[in-house]
Amino acid sequence: MSKVWRYGDHVDTDVIIPARYLNIAGFNELAEHAMEDIDASFAFNVSRGDFIVAGRNFGCGSSREHAPMVLKVKGVKCVIADSFARIFYRNAINIGLHVLEIGEDVEKIEAQDQLEVDAAKGEIRVLNKNLVITTRPLPEFVRKIADCGGLINYVKGEKTE
Amino acid sequence: MGMTMTEKILAKHSGRETVAAGDLLISQLDLILANDITGPPAIDEFERIGKPVFNKDRIALVPDHFSPCKDIKSAEMCKRLRDFAREHKITNYFEVGRMGIEHALLPDSGLVAPGEVIIGADSHTCTYGALNAMATGVGQSDVGAAMASGTTWFKVPAAIKVELKGKLPRYVRGKDIILTLIGMIGVDGARYQSLEFFGDGIGELEMSDRFTICNMAIEAGAKNGIFPVDAKTLEYLKGSVTRDFAAVEPDSDAAYTREVTIELDELVPVVAYPHLPENVHPVSEAGGIRIDQAVIGSCTNGRLEDLAQAAEVLKDNKVHPDVRCIIIPATQEIYMEAMKRGYIDIFIEAGVAVSTPTCGPCLGGYMGILAHGERAVSTTNRNFRGRMGHVDSEVYLASPYVAAASAVMGRIAGPEEVIK
Ligand code: SF4
Repeated sequence: MSKVWRYGDHVDTDVIIPARYLNIAGFNELAEHAMEDIDASFAFNVSRGDFIVAGRNFGCGSSREHAPMVLKVKGVKCVIADSFARIFYRNAINIGLHVLEIGEDVEKIEAQDQLEVDAAKGEIRVLNKNLVITTRPLPEFVRKIADCGGLINYVKGEKTE
Repeated sequence: MGMTMTEKILAKHSGRETVAAGDLLISQLDLILANDITGPPAIDEFERIGKPVFNKDRIALVPDHFSPCKDIKSAEMCKRLRDFAREHKITNYFEVGRMGIEHALLPDSGLVAPGEVIIGADSHTCTYGALNAMATGVGQSDVGAAMASGTTWFKVPAAIKVELKGKLPRYVRGKDIILTLIGMIGVDGARYQSLEFFGDGIGELEMSDRFTICNMAIEAGAKNGIFPVDAKTLEYLKGSVTRDFAAVEPDSDAAYTREVTIELDELVPVVAYPHLPENVHPVSEAGGIRIDQAVIGSCTNGRLEDLAQAAEVLKDNKVHPDVRCIIIPATQEIYMEAMKRGYIDIFIEAGVAVSTPTCGPCLGGYMGILAHGERAVSTTNRNFRGRMGHVDSEVYLASPYVAAASAVMGRIAGPEEVIK
């Protein structure tokens, strides 16, 4: 069963992956420190297919792509937030981590909820509450990047067309 | 509908007559930046594309975060950056001994001009808006792709108009302006938007103040911050930028989502309490807070003017016995000029540790890490939990005046308490 990891507002890139570990070049090793400064249990207990649900301005701070990357490496299926900081949002798209911005509807999701998410459609089902939250789907251009599995694949594809 | 400064620059770089907020476009790039942390993964991405660099003169690589290398792992990352620079004959690679903190180094080296578009795999790339450039931080995939293509995608940001009015009181500097603004609009107050600065108050600001202000635009969530060009900008550019450039001014009927006015006369020195830059309080209310460390430096406040302010406070004074004070000139050139002007003597006589240029403690890398329960006043830009060390340490953000005065008093203090 997938879990919801529930956090508050302004979760910054320094807690998603503390800068003191950024001299570690391998993402798998780095990911062992994901979220360490606000939730020491996260890196140990997160499983593939889990969700992070957070408040406003998720991912504020640094431009480090390491932040969405460690969450992706840890198997987080989608980050759902009231709102995202700009660079984190862009980076998540560029590396192929799903992100959904749903505004205040985020309050309706609690830690013990069971979610089913269709990121392409912008649809979140809260199964145990019989609730469907919808949001604007991503712009087409951005969706293409996501579909290619990230920006680099997109650029490669474009060049060889 | 007219265009903002940011819109004009993006229109020109995407080959369009006009653009409006929300448009997605592909922009030409004038400069692409990466550092020792973001460079190696950007290079990995670049190599996956399998193309040559688009222009070896328009890529800047600066090993500044953990450099001079603090351990073997950072040495390996710097080596990767250096090897890449050599292999691709990158003109603007800055080696230890000739480098500086990227956001002070690039403008001082003439690599930024008005009207240009610059991306960097570093969130404080927005600093260059002080020179009327459209500059923003991106991730390393963006930089990897851009090193091959010379382009990137943008969504045109909506804009907030920030009007600066009146005269700056003594001891109030750019840091106080931007912290006050962030306190007003919040750390996500300008999210996805540009902060466009206006008003007669701009003439009051040194270039160093403008760099500080644009540097922290990201701390309000902004995509970029941007100033118009005036006589001081042109004076700064003289001698360092020899290529042609086209400064932009906003149209009078440009659209803004919001207008914010700051009366400079009413400002006081402020300090941002942990753990968000929006927790802004007047220094006069913070007097009881004891500190263990004061850091003066970083891409926010490591320029010559910042060091001059610190020297003004520290002259004939001593760092408090319970405090470690660390001062880091942002570039070698600034370091040397500070030496010629006698600032370094003043610092060392006061009991300060002066370091070669590096980001060091700003991001909790090295050169001044905080232990459990310790507290620092710092001229850097982020006071997030654990930013300068232990997760239970605290960072208070302030100007060089306030940081230096606090170093002397052993508690948060304003410069007028020290300068007699
Ligand atoms: S000085 Fe600090 S904020 Fe500036 S580039 Fe270095 S680590 Fe980033």
